[in-house]
Amino acid sequence: MIVAFFGTGDMLADFSNEALRYMSIVAGFALLLGVISITRVSAGVVRKREKDWPHKIVLLLCLFTMAGFGIFQGITSGTVFEWLFENIQKPMMATMFSVLAFFIASAAYRAFRARTVEATILLITAVVVMLGRVPMGQYVYEHFPAVANWIMMFPSVAVQRGIIIGAALGAASMSLRIILGIERTYMGRG
Amino acid sequence: MLSMLAWADSVGLVITAAIPGLIRTDRLNALIFLIVFSLIVVYFIRRAVRGKKLYVRPLAGLQAVEEAVGRATEMGKPVLFVPGTGDIDEIQTIAGLSILGLVARVTARYETPLLVPVLYPMPMAAAQEIVRESYIDEGKADRVRPETVQYVAGESFSFSARVGGMMLREKPAAHIFMGTFHAESLLLSEIGQSTGAIQIAGTAEPEQLPFFIAACDYTLIGEELYAASAYLSKEPKMLGSLKGQDLAKMIIIFCLFLGILAVTFGVYPEFVTDLFTAN
Repeated sequence: MIVAFFGTGDMLADFSNEALRYMSIVAGFALLLGVISITRVSAGVVRKREKDWPHKIVLLLCLFTMAGFGIFQGITSGTVFEWLFENIQKPMMATMFSVLAFFIASAAYRAFRARTVEATILLITAVVVMLGRVPMGQYVYEHFPAVANWIMMFPSVAVQRGIIIGAALGAASMSLRIILGIERTYMGRG
Repeated sequence: MLSMLAWADSVGLVITAAIPGLIRTDRLNALIFLIVFSLIVVYFIRRAVRGKKLYVRPLAGLQAVEEAVGRATEMGKPVLFVPGTGDIDEIQTIAGLSILGLVARVTARYETPLLVPVLYPMPMAAAQEIVRESYIDEGKADRVRPETVQYVAGESFSFSARVGGMMLREKPAAHIFMGTFHAESLLLSEIGQSTGAIQIAGTAEPEQLPFFIAACDYTLIGEELYAASAYLSKEPKMLGSLKGQDLAKMIIIFCLFLGILAVTFGVYPEFVTDLFTAN
């Protein structure tokens, strides 16, 4: 794959694409492992009547209902699977996503306390950027949007790029360790 | 063996580069950097293997792992470990799984229950094997439970809901988040924060770091996540690679500085810009 990235041959590109396709096929089969795992664990909890066993019955019912309708009826428009997805799963996903707005507020309340110099700078910067991003900020001070844009485009991007460079080098170093067989902890060997 | 592989790799790439038409010339800068970087890392690995002592600065988040597991043991509560929400083809997931192996050893040693919810089935299979091997290495093979590693859901918000429920019901005393995270980072860390557990997080996603820093007690930033397995295992070969990586970073900083001066003062600005452009 590394040679394919730097090489020009069609054979290399074809091999690389083929390897990615094999990986998708293996991942599809691996999904069976996940279903078996979740079924086995949940069924065990129900059988032994352990804590929260009614939740596991709901989980198994939902899992096999969706899978059953999807397999036997299909997942195209007008099917039961599609109705369940659009009217139950999607609203639940949207609910979880919307909770983020409240969590951002609570995290900001905790993080932006002016207890140290760094926290104070963070608080002032956050207030300036927030005011710069809302229409009201412009009426408080006309240059808030410009200052907010400058903060987001220069210091913020510079720091993000620094983190990305460091992370990329770390990833390259770890990849090299794995290729050379030095790093084996991910296989369970310390 | 190590140096032979590295030399063969470098020679192979150089030969490929030398033969015109076989290599993409628009990626030559990346190729040269890759070769130089690999040689530097291998050099420092060899130095470490020869017994040279290497200093690695302490990482508070990793020093707190054992403390967190100890706290969970005292409270009689489990440890929750989330190896990210990426699939096995992401390097951050591999980094997270490497740390899982080391955390599983500590939980096996203290006989603390471990919960590992996983988003994708392939990391689940890897995590099961890692936990099993770690417990066997600690002589606690009989303590491995099938429900330790659980495939939770195939979608990130479902995963967040399930893991949030685990945190609120099982009340683990320690939460360790290591790997790729997206929108679920804030969900997981905020729910976890509300339970009063000690939280240690590590990710290389720059957009998610602020949420972890705000909600977690300790955070590993970017490359610290990849250094964690080397740091915790203390193997000379792995520590050597950290030194090599640091030297490569210094070279990049030096090149960036030269590039800034060159472009600012108009000394071959197009050449310098092209030199550092990735294709």
